[in-house]
Amino acid sequence: MKVDPKIINHVLMPKHEKLSDRQKQEILKTYNITEGQLPKIKIKDAGLMGLDVKRGDVIRITRKTRTAGTSYFYRVVTDV
Amino acid sequence: MQELKKEYKDLLPEKIIQEIEDSLPEKVSKTQLKEIFKRVLEEYENSQVDPGESVGLIAAESIGEPGTQMTLNTFHFAGVAEMNVTTGLPRIIEIVDGREKIKTPMMEIFLQKPYSEGEKIKELAMKIKSTLLEDLAKEFSINIGELTIELQLDREVIKQVGIREETIQKTISQGVKSITIKKTEDGFIIRPRAKGNESLNELYKLKEKLRALFITGIKNIQQVLPVKRKGEWIIVTSGTNLKDVMKLKEIDPTRTISNDIKEIRKVLGVEAARQSIINEVYKVIEDQGLNINVRHIMMVSDTMCMTGEVKGITRYGIVGEKASVLARASFETPIKHLLNAAIQGEEDHLISVIENVMLNQPVPTGTGLPTLKMKR
Repeated sequence: MKVDPKIINHVLMPKHEKLSDRQKQEILKTYNITEGQLPKIKIKDAGLMGLDVKRGDVIRITRKTRTAGTSYFYRVVTDV
Repeated sequence: MQELKKEYKDLLPEKIIQEIEDSLPEKVSKTQLKEIFKRVLEEYENSQVDPGESVGLIAAESIGEPGTQMTLNTFHFAGVAEMNVTTGLPRIIEIVDGREKIKTPMMEIFLQKPYSEGEKIKELAMKIKSTLLEDLAKEFSINIGELTIELQLDREVIKQVGIREETIQKTISQGVKSITIKKTEDGFIIRPRAKGNESLNELYKLKEKLRALFITGIKNIQQVLPVKRKGEWIIVTSGTNLKDVMKLKEIDPTRTISNDIKEIRKVLGVEAARQSIINEVYKVIEDQGLNINVRHIMMVSDTMCMTGEVKGITRYGIVGEKASVLARASFETPIKHLLNAAIQGEEDHLISVIENVMLNQPVPTGTGLPTLKMKR
């Protein structure tokens, strides 16, 4: 998908990054969970624009929150 | 300071570290600073939610109690009359239910430089507003003797919208099939092409179709209203079309927002939708002068966006996703759920809370969460 700067730079849009396989395993280990227990994100989601992801990839989202400043959130990519 | 900041970077949230830094007295020794960080961390860890805490229940109570004080069914005017906004409890219900169609869809369109200072803002507003043929017509009448529709154009409106009459004629002939259109001095005469067998009834239907014919602007934007907010001009609209509005060159696409959460999900993705649920709910709460901790709203919002799309807290939304039959049956329409489960031969593993409450067994929350395992 082509990257649309209007959407990527939108105020509501946090930063999405794809994690490498090693980082992914680390995340699953620290939270002691399986891939299926992570919250999901659809492969066609506008946030994944230009990230070249496939099913099962873990996405790290850097949120700006009012309570903590910045915080990380993880989502796993699912089909459709 | 810098070393300590680095050391505590993963342990404390950014905001707390910032707060420590801001509130330090001028003279602090290194050991004192170390002690401060240590104690803050201790406090922070003590104030965290314990594993197994029923956070959902606490959120429900915390939002529900002030919710009873909220005004019911208020429509109040934002700025100028004619534009009303759903607020109060109905708005919260609408958001939390994850409704597909909301009552008062609205957009706030931020503008680029010359426009944001109020220049040419009227022209831009007219460009955004969707114009139907009805808006351009002074008079719309059926000539019964000739079986034609006569249309008188409103030249002033046409000038304001900035559209040529030839273009209108072209859009009409493209938008409606099998008609002939003739230009007269002050409008058009439209005649259905099929000769001989047209009834008055059909002509009337054609007239209604022509009335609602979309001519120019952005679809679904019914009203536009330039407003000055915090020293810059923005355009507030009723009706939303985020996707098409963002394509305009004159606006600031990165700040333009809609209040339709499902639309935001489609255009900007789940994460943006999650953030806008929080913003919208919090706006209502602040409006009503109530005080609810954002964390509760964040939790609800996170739960709604768990599956990658926005699901309401209804039996069709997140409650319908629950694995346990008894849990679903306990929420709404129990007989329907139990019957379906019986037909399909569903199993219930009794791993969650509500089904165990029903069966008078310990529930897996709080101290009921840890279990013992035999060592083999």
